[in-house]
Amino acid sequence: MPNSRPTSPHLGIYRWRVNMLQSTLHRLTGLFLCLGALLVAWGLVAAATSDAAWSRFVAFCGSWIGLVLLFLWTWSLLFHLVNGIQHLMRDAGVNYGPANRDRTHDPVYWSAGWAITAISVVLTVLVWVLLLVQAGGGAA
Amino acid sequence: MSAYPGQEGLRDPLKVARGMGASRSGVRPWWLQRVTAVALVPLSIWFLFLMGGVLHADYPTVLGTIAQPVHAIFLIAFVVCLFWHGALGLQVIIEDYVHTRWLALTLQIALRFGALLGALAGTMAILAVWLTGASYY
Repeated sequence: MPNSRPTSPHLGIYRWRVNMLQSTLHRLTGLFLCLGALLVAWGLVAAATSDAAWSRFVAFCGSWIGLVLLFLWTWSLLFHLVNGIQHLMRDAGVNYGPANRDRTHDPVYWSAGWAITAISVVLTVLVWVLLLVQAGGGAA
Repeated sequence: MSAYPGQEGLRDPLKVARGMGASRSGVRPWWLQRVTAVALVPLSIWFLFLMGGVLHADYPTVLGTIAQPVHAIFLIAFVVCLFWHGALGLQVIIEDYVHTRWLALTLQIALRFGALLGALAGTMAILAVWLTGASYY
């Protein structure tokens, strides 16, 4: 049914702000993490099946494409996690409201997204440095 | 009482005209998304550490790790929350971007089957390793 009711203004008229990046990345990482959930299920089923099945799973994870995907999944998880915590805080009303959206009153409100993005990248690098140190040190 | 046919009180008559309105249950998925999110904060951090330790381990060690009751229980909690939270997110994405009725409905049903199957597969696999894996170590 064609809807002739007035629509709200769309993306084009708004000035770009970092919360747009946060919102887009939250959705994209969430979508990508759903694929990661399938990997988790595969790994668990493989572990329950046999040594050979688990080896196939590990071989995929250790392959070139597997490592790239795992790296992206790590960052996606950490971004979704850190940004999600901000979502939860704002759902609870922490630092959220008309006063916070006033840039002069609360400049952090509009810049926190950069910090969140940076933190997620730093944490991702940290996780992979730890993983590489562990692999290189023969801790397994 | 009202000037428009189908209008009762302050309710918008468009609701009646379209045959659809608020389902009155919309808050539940919103809440469940937040509740599973809260659960996933510690669970996903814990899962990262568990994965980091297990990917380089040999098969018996992997089974032994999963078979530890605390690990098995938290893994089940993680898998259930993961697929639940993911399904709620995908549901909203489908609602937002798929406007072809039959395709949206098909995707929504497929999503529920997929999420249930994934959570079930993960949970059963953990239980299988937990309940039979003790002999491996």
